[in-house]
Amino acid sequence: MALLFAKTHEWLNDLGDGVAAIGISDFAQNELGGLVFVNLPEPGDEVVMGETFADVESVKAVSDIYSPVTGTVLEINEELLDQPELINDSAYDAWFIKVENITEHADLMTEDEYKAFCETEEA
Amino acid sequence: MNLIFEIGKEGRGLSLLPKCDVPQTDLPEKFKRTTKLHLPQLSENEISRHYTKLAGRTHGVNDGFYPLGSCTMKYNPKVNEFAASLKGFTRLHPLQEEKYAQGALEVIQMTENSLAEILGMDSFTLQPAAGAHGEFTGLLLIKSYHTDRGDTKRTKIIVPDSAHGTNPASAAMCGYEVISIPSAEDGCVDLDALRDAVGEDTAGLMLTNPNTVGLFDKNILEITKIVHEAGGLCYYDGANLNAVMGQARPGDMGFDCVHVNLHKTFSTPHGGGGPGSGPVGCKAFLADFLPGARVTGTPEEGLKLVGAPKSMGLVKEFYGNFLVVVKALAYILTLGKEGIPEASANAVLNANYMRVKLSKKYEMAYDTTCMHEFVMDLAELKHRTGVSALDVAKGLLDYGIHPPTMYFPLIVHEALMVEPCETEPREVMDEAIEALLELYDTAEKDPEYLHGAPHKAVIGRPDELGAARNPVVRYTFED
Repeated sequence: MALLFAKTHEWLNDLGDGVAAIGISDFAQNELGGLVFVNLPEPGDEVVMGETFADVESVKAVSDIYSPVTGTVLEINEELLDQPELINDSAYDAWFIKVENITEHADLMTEDEYKAFCETEEA
Repeated sequence: MNLIFEIGKEGRGLSLLPKCDVPQTDLPEKFKRTTKLHLPQLSENEISRHYTKLAGRTHGVNDGFYPLGSCTMKYNPKVNEFAASLKGFTRLHPLQEEKYAQGALEVIQMTENSLAEILGMDSFTLQPAAGAHGEFTGLLLIKSYHTDRGDTKRTKIIVPDSAHGTNPASAAMCGYEVISIPSAEDGCVDLDALRDAVGEDTAGLMLTNPNTVGLFDKNILEITKIVHEAGGLCYYDGANLNAVMGQARPGDMGFDCVHVNLHKTFSTPHGGGGPGSGPVGCKAFLADFLPGARVTGTPEEGLKLVGAPKSMGLVKEFYGNFLVVVKALAYILTLGKEGIPEASANAVLNANYMRVKLSKKYEMAYDTTCMHEFVMDLAELKHRTGVSALDVAKGLLDYGIHPPTMYFPLIVHEALMVEPCETEPREVMDEAIEALLELYDTAEKDPEYLHGAPHKAVIGRPDELGAARNPVVRYTFED
């Protein structure tokens, strides 16, 4: 399944059965630099489209991560809590949360559209 | 270099402690420690050399230029230290009767009055021990005010996204919900976003002016009006007071309470050379809630300590970091009515001098006349050469210059924030300008060299990521 991207640099992967995984893009991890801490919600928590559901801390700063969908947290990636570097190593394998009961989602970009978007961001 | 635990020998030491002048008694068994007490055992000579060696590995305002933006690392005049070392101050006990401490009470009163005049406030407390502590105290004033009026639905504090991280943290500590509003294109408060954010649940707004990108908010009167009309109060973060001290007063801008950092604006030492001090001032209608004992009366009739009628209690023991207050008063009196505005004028002049010279090569985040500091945006340089703000900052160490603030404010991604202060002569700034322009050329010619900088400093580039991921904050003994 192809990844979709939000303007705030999160990716979304539709896993089927109404469940989607969410993480941050390779561009985002590269901009943030080495990550040292990740704060995740709890399974069962509600996430709201456009609102923050997690934060990541790099040596530079703490940054909010925004949810591209509204729904319920089914599962969180507990590995990231101990090894935030997994996000730097492989951003598209390091999912943050899996969400179910999705009721709405933001306007998302395809990978090509997102690449073009990042180039305008950098310029 | 060895840690203090790794030098010295068992049995070595020095006897600087005075003889015990009270009867000795044994601790009950249950309070005695059962493990070995690892105290370093060194001679005075070894201790002295150890700390001299440590000092040689640091950089302070006495070592060289220290343009750390937002920190106001101005020179700390030695006359301040002289005043603070007077025995009448150092040998005073905080519980001494008022009649034996009149001089100290007068220092407190004079400092409070001077700060009130400079800031345009009516009352001050000197209790808070640092800037963020002052923010917390100021927010407690706001909270006390609303609670006292039975207005309990005000649960939100508005903070712009360019604010110091301590602002939202202090608001959260006070039990408030933090509402972050975006900055406008010009780096100032977005008035429409502020109008949308205020309401019946607004307790107050926290703002620094000039703001964190070094610009004076031209809409400041409109900003405080919007908040007041919604029933909220306005808090002034004094972090950037050095730009306007003696020129413009937060009280006249519509702010209801403020904190100032004596260790920034009023030339007392920072950090380890401190401690800090973050006095809080307020308008008369908030004075009843101030913490601690208040100095009242006149020196002629005898000064007295009286608690405010609806005081929030204590935020620190006694009168705050009193000797720091003595240093700040020495500074205020040394500068006087003429010197205070001259200091801020020169701080702004120095910042603009550096900004204009550096803008030959560096891109400025906001290309306009700045106040006491300015922000350079290295995003384009990084994109083109791979050299980041961090690399340039590390490169500066090779010139014996402390780097500017990096990656702040967060709204500028590759930010270097430069605040030269009024106490630097032109030659020092010229050297720093030369160094920064040379680093820009190096970034274009030999980016690899800068990725490895510093090359000549006592300590190279530490593994900051490793230290943050696996911090070792405790020494482990073999036994």
